[in-house]
Amino acid sequence: MSSSPSSERAAGLAVRMRGVTKVYDSGVAALGPIDLAVRTGEFVSLLGPSGCGKSTALRLIAGLASPSSGSLDVAASTSTTHAGHRIGFVFQEPTLMPWTSVRDNVGLPLKLSHVPAVEARPRIDAALAQVGLADFADAFPRELSGGMKMRASLARALVTRPDILLMDEPFAALDEITRFRLNDDLLALWRSLNMTVLFVTHSVFESVYLSQRVLVMTARPGRLSAEIGIEAETRDDAFRASAAYAEYCRRVSDALAPAYTGVHAL
Amino acid sequence: MSAGGQRGTSTAGTRLASLAFPAVVFVAAMTIWELVVRINGIPPYVLPGPLLVLKTLVSDWDILAQSLLTTLITTLEGFIAAALGGIALALLFNQSRWLEWALFPYAVVLQVTPVIAIAPLLLIYLPQQTAVVTCAWIVGFFPVLSNTALGLSSVDRNLAGLFQLYGASRWQTLRHLKLPAALPYILGGLRIAGGLSLIGAVVAEIAAGSAGAGSGLAYRIAESGYRLNIPRMFAALVLLSVAGIVIYGLLALVSHLVLRRWHESALGKDN
Repeated sequence: MSSSPSSERAAGLAVRMRGVTKVYDSGVAALGPIDLAVRTGEFVSLLGPSGCGKSTALRLIAGLASPSSGSLDVAASTSTTHAGHRIGFVFQEPTLMPWTSVRDNVGLPLKLSHVPAVEARPRIDAALAQVGLADFADAFPRELSGGMKMRASLARALVTRPDILLMDEPFAALDEITRFRLNDDLLALWRSLNMTVLFVTHSVFESVYLSQRVLVMTARPGRLSAEIGIEAETRDDAFRASAAYAEYCRRVSDALAPAYTGVHAL
Repeated sequence: MSAGGQRGTSTAGTRLASLAFPAVVFVAAMTIWELVVRINGIPPYVLPGPLLVLKTLVSDWDILAQSLLTTLITTLEGFIAAALGGIALALLFNQSRWLEWALFPYAVVLQVTPVIAIAPLLLIYLPQQTAVVTCAWIVGFFPVLSNTALGLSSVDRNLAGLFQLYGASRWQTLRHLKLPAALPYILGGLRIAGGLSLIGAVVAEIAAGSAGAGSGLAYRIAESGYRLNIPRMFAALVLLSVAGIVIYGLLALVSHLVLRRWHESALGKDN
């Protein structure tokens, strides 16, 4: 992974991919070539059919895998501390450690980077408060509902105060009411914490509701096929009920439709 | 009476029945055994009745208790060696694939060779007590090794990714991720190893018994056999079974206490 901090920072880019591809050892081409740029502080959704490589793209950005070719710059990774401290990752499953409390789960990133307990505790409490889990610090994951587990997972990603939050279909397994509530809470956090959010989803509605820009991907190996900017005064039930929202959803759906032809056609 | 109250009563009733029923069956089985022996006039050197076995257990208690203690100490030593050795070796294998490839075959060889066939050799090479403990260790350590190895490699892939993302060291990954994730497997291995260590100890004692100086419970069984003191043989057998059950029960209890807050195996049906 090449990094050129000053130029990317100057350009205000958090993530930049140029001609990035990922080919697995098995020979399967999972992604790209893909060109993608996310501005600092932006909320961008990556939308595409299952298996198109959107999760792979996130894993590349997080540094959990390396690109097979192309260049990838992540502005956050050039910070003085380890890359992980500047990047938060939320998986599709809550991915909590079942053997320990919510507090210890949320505090894991701090423990791994040797933050003293005295300093870690208030930060954990703050992260738990941000996601509305202040009263559940001592609960074990199995004692939480699906939505609360996801909140704990989000708190763990926020506890390092990341510059970039990567979310891999985080709310896909939740019921609709819980998902709406978490969507609103996520937007509030994004506004107050000044983060860049890259949100992977296969839901057209979710992508339109949440993001400033929707990047639509093709079927595997995924490339960008369309980019749709979403402009909205507010993001609330009124927006969801508005004609503009319906129009955006239609445009995004149309852009996505070709990805479902071929093997996906019914 | 309310519906809740009725349900409570029936639950208590079920619990009582679940204790009472096995007890009734046990008493019935013992009674039939005693009756068969008495009605047919079977001599005690062929088959003693349960009452005679119980009487022998009481009258020979001093000898038997001493032997039981000897066997239990052997078992405990073998078990501890098996637990430490099995876990340590699995950790080593987990850190180095080369070591695993090189050494795992020997662990399998030790496991598949019947301990009764190795015991005479060990008794030639090692001091008797060491040889007996070694047998208990050989039998017990493989389940600990294979279970621990399985547990260490059954870590959630995304959690492992998270540790990688936050730059966890090898030691941190082991301490905070792999070991806790492997704990249910390790405890399962220990539960098997406890019973097997007792078997290993008994087998080795019997092999050593013909050489003379043994004093464990298995030696008492062999000796009673030669002397046609069948009631004492039965009494020693009963003690061995009880010891096996207690060992298993203790390890199951430890496992339950350690895992009860989080692991599926230790959670009640209601959860």
